[in-house]
Amino acid sequence: MNFVPRLLQRPLSRFAVLLACIILVAAFFAPKIAPCDPNNVQLELKLQGPSSDHWLGTDHLGRDTFSRLIYGARVSVGSVAAIIVCILVMGFCVGCLAGYAGGRVDAFLMRMCDVFLTFPTFILAMFLIGILGTGLTNVIIAIVLTHWAWYARMIRGFVLSFKNRDYILAARVGGASRMKIVIQHIIPPVFAQLVILATLDIGHMILHVSGLSFLGLGVTPPTPEWGVMISDARQFLWTDPGLIVYPGCMIFITVMSFNILGDALRDALDPVIKEQNS
Amino acid sequence: MLHFIFRRLLLLIPILFTVSVLVFLILRLGPNDPALSYLRLSQIPPTDEALATAREFLGLNKPLLVQYLDWAGRALRLDFGLSYVTHRPVLAEILYYLPATLELAGVSLLLTLLVSIPLGMWSALNKDCWPDHMTRAFAFFGVSMPNFWMGFLLVTVFSVWLHWLPPMGRGGISHLIMPAVSLALMSISINIRLIRASMLENLHTRSVLYARARGLRERTVIGVHVFKNSLIPVITAIGMHVGELLGGAVVVESIFSWPGVGRFAVSSIYNRDYPVMQCFLLLMVVIFVLCNLLVDICYAAIDPRIRLAGEGNR
Repeated sequence: MNFVPRLLQRPLSRFAVLLACIILVAAFFAPKIAPCDPNNVQLELKLQGPSSDHWLGTDHLGRDTFSRLIYGARVSVGSVAAIIVCILVMGFCVGCLAGYAGGRVDAFLMRMCDVFLTFPTFILAMFLIGILGTGLTNVIIAIVLTHWAWYARMIRGFVLSFKNRDYILAARVGGASRMKIVIQHIIPPVFAQLVILATLDIGHMILHVSGLSFLGLGVTPPTPEWGVMISDARQFLWTDPGLIVYPGCMIFITVMSFNILGDALRDALDPVIKEQNS
Repeated sequence: MLHFIFRRLLLLIPILFTVSVLVFLILRLGPNDPALSYLRLSQIPPTDEALATAREFLGLNKPLLVQYLDWAGRALRLDFGLSYVTHRPVLAEILYYLPATLELAGVSLLLTLLVSIPLGMWSALNKDCWPDHMTRAFAFFGVSMPNFWMGFLLVTVFSVWLHWLPPMGRGGISHLIMPAVSLALMSISINIRLIRASMLENLHTRSVLYARARGLRERTVIGVHVFKNSLIPVITAIGMHVGELLGGAVVVESIFSWPGVGRFAVSSIYNRDYPVMQCFLLLMVVIFVLCNLLVDICYAAIDPRIRLAGEGNR
């Protein structure tokens, strides 16, 4: 499988991979990279322009904007990673159970999914946070609860399409248990397709997290999060537009690089999937 | 056709019932006590005595099932109780703000269709030429753009620098342009990619080859054989866009001080004003579900396969 060269074939995808790597590095090593403490309030230095001490200036509480942007990557990437893992686990449990068990279990689980899919996602997430309270963990819970149903359905569809393949029948004839068939023979091929779908969704979820935080219904203010930073900076729109531009750029660049990466991954893996299916 | 619509309407009943149970249960089983919110918002000190009276008054002492039946029974008669903050009927308050939101979301949906369909077609018909590259770059840009940031950028450019458009409020068309554009951008971009992909797929079907072999004019081939079939996924996507637009409207309204239901809902969430939250969520689900129903009906009207497949299963 010459997967990596195929992924890096086009310059645009090379660029996206590079950007995504930079963002991941920033997220992992934020304490090492950031020149200042992101929550260090210095009121005498508030709303300063760029200088050698503060590369992108300071915000209304004198905190270093550049450091806050770097720590913001940590919040966004971290929360989205947690969301994707939770959704995949939940989706795989429900999807495999529904697809492989069939019958009443399937009917019940799919009706559950239908109910969750009748809510507009962003509004349901807002509502859940209203009940659970704000904070990073609750944002993650709310977004997982609003998105899992779609994944569960997709996974069920994939499981159904794999269920009656000859190699599965062969495994069954060979006496493999249901559990073993699902884990060894169904999950691996489904997983590759799901990773692509999840990558395509990362950007969307970053937008959800920052949108909720922007409304004040997500990550709470002292935390350096990009949506919170935009919301904090809105009162300075007329005097210091830079404070709004930088975090917005970060969201835009991050979302864009993951979107391009998702497309590139799909294009790179697609022939493999087609070969497997045929 | 009537039969199809009737059957779809019947299917809505169990789903809406489950949704109402869920909306009710999430609030009641959540970590917060509605009586406490009620007292806080009425500015009564939460003594034990006051809490007991409030529980009695709000009916929170009854069994959960009785509470649900009470609430659902009144909701069916469109009575969602009184807001804890304003002490006025919730539905009347929400309906007061709703037209502004529907105006914004409706104009954005219209904008989405008017912009994305021609651009998507243009892109597909000029595959791998400059119109295609430009449209795809635009779509990539739009999909990655946070709508709230887009709003601020538009305000900075068109209100702060150029003084062309009013930065906030609701009024004539000039007030509508920036909110609608920032709200619709995401849907426009998604739709462009969808239409492009679906046109490209349909361009290579046998029916198109046959139409060309019959010597039909290119305009007829594209207009009748390709375009009509390409519309089907677009119609399905409209249902999804309505959900996105309703959610996005909440954010966009808060940027442009648009006097819509979203801002009212966000403040009710801050205040934990439970009756307003319940009514808002149910109303949004009903709007979303009805739009999806409408989409399904259009879908069945255009594509007889859907209609007939349903009939066959009966």
